Amino acid sequence: MGAVLRRIHSRPLPVTTQGTAPEAWLDMHGDALFRYALLRAHDRDAAEDLVQDTLLAALRSHRDFAGHSSERTWLIGILKHKLADHWRRLGREAPLETPLDAAETDELLEHLFDAENGDHWRTPPSPWPDPDTALEQQQFWKALSGCIDTLPSAQAQAFALCEIDGVAGAEACKVLDVSPTNLWVMLHRARLRLRQCLEIHWFANVSKE
Amino acid sequence: MLSCKETSLLVSQSLDRRLAWRERIALRMHLLVCGACRSFADQAAFLRTAVRRFGRRANAPEPLRLSQDARERIARELRDKQP
Repeated sequence: MGAVLRRIHSRPLPVTTQGTAPEAWLDMHGDALFRYALLRAHDRDAAEDLVQDTLLAALRSHRDFAGHSSERTWLIGILKHKLADHWRRLGREAPLETPLDAAETDELLEHLFDAENGDHWRTPPSPWPDPDTALEQQQFWKALSGCIDTLPSAQAQAFALCEIDGVAGAEACKVLDVSPTNLWVMLHRARLRLRQCLEIHWFANVSKE
Repeated sequence: MLSCKETSLLVSQSLDRRLAWRERIALRMHLLVCGACRSFADQAAFLRTAVRRFGRRANAPEPLRLSQDARERIARELRDKQP
């Protein structure tokens, strides 16, 4: 943690009156924007173009950035418009998704918990073998990002935004256009799925070795 | 007594908001007697640690990250179009 803080502090970024200079945007927000676009559009090339379009548009209009929200939230706001253009170019409506992916979410809970047996786990989680070692393996990160990618879009986006990109609480609700209660439910479902996915794609293999 | 389903929701929410004291007590009581939910709680906490670290890693894998090529291309584009 100390090392991380030192690294952040030792890299001074040029600052304009409102937030950081445009040259720093790509470094600071590029991955967050890319994840947002990718988890929505499910197309790497399109997501890369969308990041570029977003930053170019931001470049033209950054004098308008009012500082009411964080710079990242402001950039995501621009990206949302670019995504709308993207769907329009493809000649289709943006995929309709209720914030909770409601239809599938009950199915998930039914699948995991046994309503006829007091909502106990059908397959009770047991401790993972040596999770900390996983954090040192490059393959683990691939498994983790693969698992995030298999979440239903809205859950994946909520999870990536809050947990990877640090846009949380009220800001996240605004970006995702959901109530806090809905956000907590989405994160709950995402965590249930991710633990299951990691168990299958990572920890099951570890324990066999 | 909370069910495991309800407990999993509280475990998850405890990462996202401050639980009310009633919720905290109910959660603690359940975890005291339920190994499965204790494992889930550990795993949810592990997920948070892992994902935070993932976001900070300079060499995080590409599926959820801009590729070096794309990064360079966009940087070039931004430089050229700088007003």
